[in-house]
Amino acid sequence: MPDHLDDLAAALPQPRLDALRAELARRAAASDLLDVAYRTLETELGTLLLAATPAGLVSVTFDGDDPSATLERLAVALSPRVLEAPARLDAAAQGLERLIGGAARGFDGALDLSLAHGFGRQVIEQLQQIPYGQTRSYAEVAEAVGSPRAVRAVGTACRKNPLPIAIPCHRVVRSDGNLGQYAGGPEAKRILLGVEGSAA
Amino acid sequence: MTRAPFDSIVAQHGARVWRVCRALLGEHDADDAWSETFLAALEAYPRLAAGSNVEGWLVTIAHRKAIDVLRRSTRLRVGEVPDRPAPDASVPGRSRDLDLARALARLPQRQRETVVLHHLGGLPFAEVAAAVGGSADAARRASSDGVRRLRELLGGVDA
Repeated sequence: MPDHLDDLAAALPQPRLDALRAELARRAAASDLLDVAYRTLETELGTLLLAATPAGLVSVTFDGDDPSATLERLAVALSPRVLEAPARLDAAAQGLERLIGGAARGFDGALDLSLAHGFGRQVIEQLQQIPYGQTRSYAEVAEAVGSPRAVRAVGTACRKNPLPIAIPCHRVVRSDGNLGQYAGGPEAKRILLGVEGSAA
Repeated sequence: MTRAPFDSIVAQHGARVWRVCRALLGEHDADDAWSETFLAALEAYPRLAAGSNVEGWLVTIAHRKAIDVLRRSTRLRVGEVPDRPAPDASVPGRSRDLDLARALARLPQRQRETVVLHHLGGLPFAEVAAAVGGSADAARRASSDGVRRLRELLGGVDA
């Protein structure tokens, strides 16, 4: 009987489940229960995964095609109250699209830096000072944050930048002119620098 | 202990929770109860003990929310007998769903709840009893009476 009952029970079609989930995200936001909203975004650089807290955009990663690992990390680091809520991220998505397409020179939405700690946070804040269309070497950034010998640590901090594109870690390149590493891959870095007119 | 993003909980258990809601309520009310269930679960989720049976937890909440919705809509629709909510007989199609919903709606409330929680919700009788009150044995008897009655109503569904 259990199997038969289960077979007979009303099945929930996928579109209906999707609609219920969208409504849940809307009500969760209205009740201040949406701690981490996320959406994916197709771009020239690949499929991005964007996440936001009520304070602002908190994470941009290049794994939108397979976001589960990042979502699990965000659930642990920020809050397990994670829901897909594209509408909450529409403005941020447009801001990033404008940056990638060269229609904007800076990200004008709110940013939440709570995923960057300690030295990494210092470096990230320094990166925000590099003007559009210019680059700095890892050594120059290390010097700027007052730790001229911490060149490698600056490299690590750039790679771990929780908000690439919005915070321009792509503007940090190697002193020898080599582009250096990038979370989104070297091609993504080349595209972003090319859009800014500062391609190596 | 890592805690799964709530979104994955919804993806994994959303369909079952809806079945439980739908078995106790009409179509529109089932959507309401589904939303209320996951909203309440979202609120409590960070405090859920590690290693908890998430599905059982959700089914228990869904049962409570469905009963709340039932009470609310019963108050609104004057004259309706509380333990027999009318399924949306006007909705065409999906006759098998409708048959089960109709048959379930004709069970006394206690039988209906125990059948739904155990057979559709997957709760063991001890947890069914915790949700509906009384002993596990009483819940088992109510469920088995309910299943027998359902079989008669549905005519020809084998055990």
